[in-house]
Amino acid sequence: MGEPATDPVLEMTGIRKVFPGVVALDGVDFRLYPGEVHALMGENGAGKSTLIKVLTGVYEIDGGDIRLGGEQVRIAGPLAAQKAGISTVYQEVNLCTNLTVAENIFIGREPRAFGKIRWGVMRKRAAELLKRLDLDLDVSAPLSTYSLAIQQMVAIARAVDISARVLILDEPTSSLDASEVEQLFRVMRRLKDDGVAILFVSHFLDQIYEISDRLTVLRNGQLIGEYRTAELPQVQLVEKMIGKELATLESLEDKAQRSRTRSATAAPILQAKGIGRTGAIAPFDLTIHEGEVVGLAGLLGSGRTELARLLFGADKADQGELSIDGKPVTLRDPQMAMKRGIAFSSENRRTEGIIGDLSVRENIILALQAARGWTRPIPRRKQDEIVDKYVKALSIRPADPERPVRNLSGGNQQKVLLARWLITEPRLLIIDEPTRGIDVGAKAEIQKLVAELSDGGMAVLFVSAELEEVLRLSHKIAVLRDRRLVEELDNTAGVDADRIMQTIASGATS
Amino acid sequence: MTVMSPQPVTTDPAINPRRRVYRPNTKYIPILATLALLLVMYLGGLVNYENFDQPSVVVNLFRDNAVLLAVAVGMTFVILTGGIDLSVGAVISLTTTLTATLLQGGWPPLLVLPLVLILGALLGAGMGAVIHYFRVEPFIATLAGLFLARGLALFINQESIPIRDELWTTLSDMRIPLGETTKTTLTAIVALVAVLIAAAVLAWTRFGRNVYAIGGSADSALLMGLPVARTRIAVYTISGFCAALGGVLYTINSTSGHALQGTGTELDAIASCVIGGVLLTGGAGYVFGSLLGVMVFGLITTIINFQGDLNAAWTRIVVGVLLFGFIVLQRLVTRRTR
Ligand SMILES: Nc1ncnc2c1ncn2[C@@H]1O[C@H](COP(=O)(O)OP(=O)(O)O)[C@@H](O)[C@H]1O
Ligand SMILES: [Mg+2]
Repeated sequence: MGEPATDPVLEMTGIRKVFPGVVALDGVDFRLYPGEVHALMGENGAGKSTLIKVLTGVYEIDGGDIRLGGEQVRIAGPLAAQKAGISTVYQEVNLCTNLTVAENIFIGREPRAFGKIRWGVMRKRAAELLKRLDLDLDVSAPLSTYSLAIQQMVAIARAVDISARVLILDEPTSSLDASEVEQLFRVMRRLKDDGVAILFVSHFLDQIYEISDRLTVLRNGQLIGEYRTAELPQVQLVEKMIGKELATLESLEDKAQRSRTRSATAAPILQAKGIGRTGAIAPFDLTIHEGEVVGLAGLLGSGRTELARLLFGADKADQGELSIDGKPVTLRDPQMAMKRGIAFSSENRRTEGIIGDLSVRENIILALQAARGWTRPIPRRKQDEIVDKYVKALSIRPADPERPVRNLSGGNQQKVLLARWLITEPRLLIIDEPTRGIDVGAKAEIQKLVAELSDGGMAVLFVSAELEEVLRLSHKIAVLRDRRLVEELDNTAGVDADRIMQTIASGATS
Repeated sequence: MTVMSPQPVTTDPAINPRRRVYRPNTKYIPILATLALLLVMYLGGLVNYENFDQPSVVVNLFRDNAVLLAVAVGMTFVILTGGIDLSVGAVISLTTTLTATLLQGGWPPLLVLPLVLILGALLGAGMGAVIHYFRVEPFIATLAGLFLARGLALFINQESIPIRDELWTTLSDMRIPLGETTKTTLTAIVALVAVLIAAAVLAWTRFGRNVYAIGGSADSALLMGLPVARTRIAVYTISGFCAALGGVLYTINSTSGHALQGTGTELDAIASCVIGGVLLTGGAGYVFGSLLGVMVFGLITTIINFQGDLNAAWTRIVVGVLLFGFIVLQRLVTRRTR
């Protein structure tokens, strides 16, 4: 299917990788040509990250072969991959946050004189490199002082600087905002012109169509095909990824659409008056009713998460009043919120929610058990029953509750986290970026679920970077900008993405 | 539609999310706290006791704690990677017994010296390899090392063994003048040199930075292409070597060897590192901090000696209290940086 005239720089054939109980890759072929951006597509759990880790020697293959520049190679580990000219940004940010920004870019490749690291030179080079990515950072500050998005950019800077023949970016954009993505694309285009082959993974279809030349689709560890991006319409791409007709998806959307029009005459569950926290979010008013979906829209870093954390007691408000069911409360910690029927599913599933070594079942049961108190264990049969129900309802894959959560793909981990909160039957569910970094199919499932929950009377505070999604689901939308709630609007017919973008871009429109 | 904020929307730079929120140089807080503590203790001594102002009070701190200092240097490397080495005390005892026995048996001292140092390093390397390749918890692997080394030492000889070797007695009697009136022992100098070398290695070499990276996140270090296996084995090797060096320093100080020497030194060394601000979870701290930690240890003992009527158990009690204090301090500091 239409390949460039040159020989591929990388050719993988018949790659097989088996994990206990899962065939993650089953005879997958993959080719990468110099000077192309090649998108690797597939739902969560399709095997994208595994293919990348096989290629960089993190995992050993159980079959197939890898050729670099025509020669068969065996890549022993990330170090060997780096030496062979493959540089990688892995899906989860993989840097050392205790080290400085400069060190994270250069560690292992520090400029030296007589074995001694030249710190001054290193800092200067790091600052220059970041400047080219339009980042103005204090390179001698520990990386931990920067946000996840910035850390991701630093990881990209590191990968780009390891001048490579092959650059791999596994979902680098999931935590970046629009201007950062633009920045990244500029760098990618430049590298492409220099003849670097780029493997790119993203769940944002628009990004794929903007940047990629060709794409390879995987599904359930199997190769579906290799296509020219320009020749494959989006709808077909999605169908190939999920393996079912898009009509199914659309019916889900209709369902969500209908729920949006419900009016919210119900009793208020939560009322915030002038609640705020210095440096995190300016004082705001917000009321959430039973069965109401309130969307929080705003750019990355506009204070969405901060607002949500205040309502959950994860951070303490330093001013204002909060009442739940009409009774004033001061939330000192999340337990207090949980007792009052509030649940919070965090955006940062890796560090704040999921415990990788525990099984799917244990992770799901966790919050319910905590709510009951540890002295009253939930009987195993009851556990299995509940877990089975939610594994099915959310179609968590693989549907094996005893598998350690660590081994699940990102989207499925997100579903586990959601299941954990759902079984506590909260009255107000706060979900922060539930659909970040997960595929279209899972996304639609989660959206449908939110709609159903709200039909059932649960109030939902839905935080998302994707306006479409907020618009589709919410009864009411609160728009944040620069850590301030600038506008609250009912999601009526006249409200669309442009209207909200305008508010985000310019502040309150009144 | 309702407008929630009547004020004009400003872009206050203080809350601009694209910039970092807050940053004092938190990484130096623990070490500065230890330094302040040392000064307070020293001033307290000056006020309360006669003769506390003699330079020898400070100089003797190093003489009396040379062994602990050497061990703490190695321990710092290990803790920085997020590991722990419980075997060091036992390695000391094995080294002292073996050195004394071999010297008594007439082995040439210039052969015995490198031999026991290499043995210590090899023991460390062995534990490091087990920890890395078999994914054994450092706690368990080095606990096994502890039993092994202590057992070997007791097997060789359970009694105290005197050393009459000429080189050893000369080294033992050697005094290095510092200024006009004060002198110190060779062992103190050796331990201090070890500190300097370690500090340079940690700050200025790739190996040193890899140690910090592994302590920050071993998984990330691996994915960044750093030589995790080599580095991890090396830190235990260094720790084993430093413990053996501590053992040798002990035999020089006391011109004897004893299988029960060094019991509990591992805990003193860990405590010194923690008091000196080395984070037990790895990735943060300085070898100079460990030096300060050892000095705190020494100064407590000195003060108790000056006081005269206090039980030596007070050293432990005070150290216990300090440990709590410093661990809480580290929590607070690391929480604030996040
Ligand atoms: N370390 C692992 N151990 C066991 N199973 C794994 C491991 N990593 C991934 N898997 C499984 O392999 C499959 C592919 O996962 P992954 O490559 O992460 O998917 P993607 O990146 O396309 O979302 C999934 O079923 C996942 O659960
Ligand atoms: Mg993935």
